[in-house]
Amino acid sequence: MKKLISLLALTLLVLSGLTACTSTPKTIKIGLNLELTGEVSVYGVPEKKAAELAVAEINKAGGIDGKQVELVIYDNAYDTAKAVENSQKLIQEGVVAILGSATSAPTMAIGPVALESEVLTITPSGTNAKVTMNGDVVNPFVFRACFIDPFQGLVLANFASDNLSAKKAVVMGSNSSDYAKDLASIFTTQFTANGGEVLSDVFYYADSDTDFSAQLTSIAALGEFDVLFVADYAARAGLIINQARATAGLETVAIVGPDGFESPDLNDLAGGASNVNNVYFSTHFSTIVDNAKVTSFIAAYTASAGEAPSALSALAYDAMYMLFAAIDAAGTDPVKVRDAMKATTGFEGVTGTISFDALNNPVKSAIVVQLTNGEQTNAVIVNP
Amino acid sequence: MTQFIQQLINGLSIGSVYALIALGYTMVYGIIKLINFAHGDIFMFGAYVGMVAITTFKLNFFAALIVAMAVTALFGVIIERVAYKPLRKSSKTAALITAIGVSFLIQNGTQLIMGANIYAFPQIIANQYFDVYGVRINLLQLVIFFTSIILMFILQFIVKKTKLGRAMRSVAVDKDASVLMGVNVDNTITITFAIGSALAAAAGIMVGLYYIKIYPFMGFAPGLKAFVAAVFGGIGIIPGAMIGGFAIGLIETLVAGYGSTLYKDAVVYGILILILIVKPSGLLGKNVKEKV
Repeated sequence: MKKLISLLALTLLVLSGLTACTSTPKTIKIGLNLELTGEVSVYGVPEKKAAELAVAEINKAGGIDGKQVELVIYDNAYDTAKAVENSQKLIQEGVVAILGSATSAPTMAIGPVALESEVLTITPSGTNAKVTMNGDVVNPFVFRACFIDPFQGLVLANFASDNLSAKKAVVMGSNSSDYAKDLASIFTTQFTANGGEVLSDVFYYADSDTDFSAQLTSIAALGEFDVLFVADYAARAGLIINQARATAGLETVAIVGPDGFESPDLNDLAGGASNVNNVYFSTHFSTIVDNAKVTSFIAAYTASAGEAPSALSALAYDAMYMLFAAIDAAGTDPVKVRDAMKATTGFEGVTGTISFDALNNPVKSAIVVQLTNGEQTNAVIVNP
Repeated sequence: MTQFIQQLINGLSIGSVYALIALGYTMVYGIIKLINFAHGDIFMFGAYVGMVAITTFKLNFFAALIVAMAVTALFGVIIERVAYKPLRKSSKTAALITAIGVSFLIQNGTQLIMGANIYAFPQIIANQYFDVYGVRINLLQLVIFFTSIILMFILQFIVKKTKLGRAMRSVAVDKDASVLMGVNVDNTITITFAIGSALAAAAGIMVGLYYIKIYPFMGFAPGLKAFVAAVFGGIGIIPGAMIGGFAIGLIETLVAGYGSTLYKDAVVYGILILILIVKPSGLLGKNVKEKV
């Protein structure tokens, strides 16, 4: 009898010891290192809200492998030193991976920390090409959920060829920014590869120009063409749209441009919404795209955040779900999570279908939005 | 050929803007021999006043034009009284450097008050166009062109036919003798600044309407071009500023249309250098005594 009691006691002891053991890693910690205050908090705050939504959803569905996900949130205030400190703190607290930062500069600062401590960081929206690089080689522990700027040139060329059935295009762009120059050259290469013809060389202008009438008159004199590609931001693209619509021969030609077109000022700068017809631009995310996943995301985000989602929230939401998938596949060892992340293929997110290339940049579809009378009237998904 | 004529029209529209700004440069230079480098910024100031008049006070085009011209004229007078008048007896270099300082002050002051971001000028004149034998002419291009021509004739009339104009010309020729003849030199100079600034405000509103984008540093490049235009036509001569403005606009447009936009500024400033070497008095600069 005594033996039995002691055996029972031992069993209880062992069992309690077992429960004590399993109780510590019951949650999976994911760190957020975002700009929640300061001049670019408009980027960080929606990304935090999206991450919280993703975590709430996965926990409600039973967590990952039966474990609940816990967010550890630090604000870096768009300060590179603070961002580094945050990442170090998060890694000490045992996070499996880090989401951040929203903009390129802090993300570049935390890249070396991620590499050194072998905990991956994924930026939802840092578009600088150098973000995923460590010098000349790729930083294996930094990923991003958004496409980089030049990639849009490729997508837009495909859009012009396939969706607009364009055969001839003319390219304009500012010669003062790499953004414009890269986009112009990649669009030209891809459009030509698609069997199209780019009339004349790129029509370059200076950032300070406001009068494009001379160039537009020369462009109109090239003869009929299908697409005018304007590689620039709204500040000049708006003026070009306005002046093109007043140029004989260019009143209705399709004008296509990158995400720089996406600005609340575009219609005003184009001389009124009535000038903004047959204008298309690429973007990461659109609320009017016809996709069940996007629709349910919009509803859930609007309910939890109290506002409609932006591209930033959509990208952060996808980044979180990619992390969940990687953790689901690899467990909680940060290095294995990184390997699983790298192996992501055909991930279905709200911003497109995502895989990673050799430089940890996503190969994904982009959204091309059509503007009619200044309103977003149609959005299509274009694959690279 | 159609394309060439179209480019000429494009050139005349931008040239009208340069001409309007150049008139202000040339008047001030004609009277006190000061190159008012803040003039381009006064033009920018006029555009902002026009925008505020239209958006905040809901004025129509002509009311906004008049208000902007009046407010900017007052602004020009204040600048003259505060910054230039105390230096009238000092060296020309001192006044010139002050003008550059005033230019920076206006640019950065505007940036401080209105912010560095760009504004879209309200489009209160709906743009229409007419096709004449395949050449497209915009309503706004016509408005700009004829406004500048009309203002030039009014100015020419004031200078040649009125008592005020006679006072201006006499101050231009000999300040001290004018005082002896009973001309109020200070008032004459002040009025010159007022008129020059009002013209710059008109140009600012035209540019706002036609090119839409306005921002604190918008006056810098057109100001320099207008200065080149004034020198080209013969600085101090009113029709010269007009001709210089149109010439610079045309040259710039033809270079952009048939060469590359990226060279157009180089060509314009190259012309300035050529003129200063070959004919420093400018295209119409023969009669030195007739300056205003």
